[in-house]
Amino acid sequence: MRAAVLAALAVLLLAPAGAGAVQPRASFNDVEDEVMCDTCNVPLNVADSDRADQERATIRKLIAQGLTKDQIKAELKRTYGPAILAMPQDSGFSLAVWWVPVAVVVALLALLVALLPRWRRRGRADEAFAAAHAPALSEADARRLDEDLARYDA
Amino acid sequence: MKRSAVPIAVAVLAAALVGLLVYGVVARKDDTSLDAAVQKGQRPQAPGSAVSLPTLDGSTQRSLAQLRGRVVVLNFWASWCGPCEQEAPVLEKAQQQLAQNGGTVLGVTYKDDAGASRDFVRRYKLTYPSLRDDKLALAPKFGTNKLPETFVLDKSGRVVALSRGEVSQTFLMQAIDRAQAS
Repeated sequence: MRAAVLAALAVLLLAPAGAGAVQPRASFNDVEDEVMCDTCNVPLNVADSDRADQERATIRKLIAQGLTKDQIKAELKRTYGPAILAMPQDSGFSLAVWWVPVAVVVALLALLVALLPRWRRRGRADEAFAAAHAPALSEADARRLDEDLARYDA
Repeated sequence: MKRSAVPIAVAVLAAALVGLLVYGVVARKDDTSLDAAVQKGQRPQAPGSAVSLPTLDGSTQRSLAQLRGRVVVLNFWASWCGPCEQEAPVLEKAQQQLAQNGGTVLGVTYKDDAGASRDFVRRYKLTYPSLRDDKLALAPKFGTNKLPETFVLDKSGRVVALSRGEVSQTFLMQAIDRAQAS
């Protein structure tokens, strides 16, 4: 009984949200920074050319038609090809944008794994060498050191 | 990892990254093979003759191969390109002359809004056909990445002359004469 009431409440709470859910209207700035000026090879939001102005006009027209951001990007991609999107393509040479950073991080980690034990070994050996070859304090120096330390402690 | 393997691995990685960078730069270099051949007096076959592109109204597709046997002035243009406006009357005049001998100017729009292209055609009263190359299926084959550019092809589909930049009346008429003579 209690479970049924809870389920009914859940349905009442969620149903209006689901029924009334609409795709948000695309914002021009939000689309502009995810699209390239396809003749100047810079993002549209920093491009200054006649073609860039034409692309902006196209985006405004599509927004006015009520298309969402994803629909606008899909329409631009369908018309002008994937290079119009600022996100690199997931094929061909453009894949390098994804795998090069990963390869560099993996290589650096491998390098660290290989070098860290060696650095630590070398550090320990240096310490041991320094300890073994450190000049012994004379009796006078040792006494002075003890006195200095005692002054600090006081 | 052995002691000697570390510097080798680092060197290989560095070389791979440099190679990638060089490839990225070289791959973006302009293709000027047509220019070189024409400059040497050769008549290279026009590339991309089988590439089919839609007309401005999208009603049909056409290719250069379909125009074999006719002199063709291939012009890459866009409505957003200032020099293209300047040369439009020159190309229309060439079209009037070519049409008498069965030739034609063939416009190809380069990443241009179709509606803006059609407005451009109406504004300059262009009577020659234009195709849309929105995804750059044809232009890069001619080494075209700036506008406007014009290529004059003879009846065998070979490049007789080319002009990268705004085309002049004199250049165009001389090139058409040469194409028709062959």
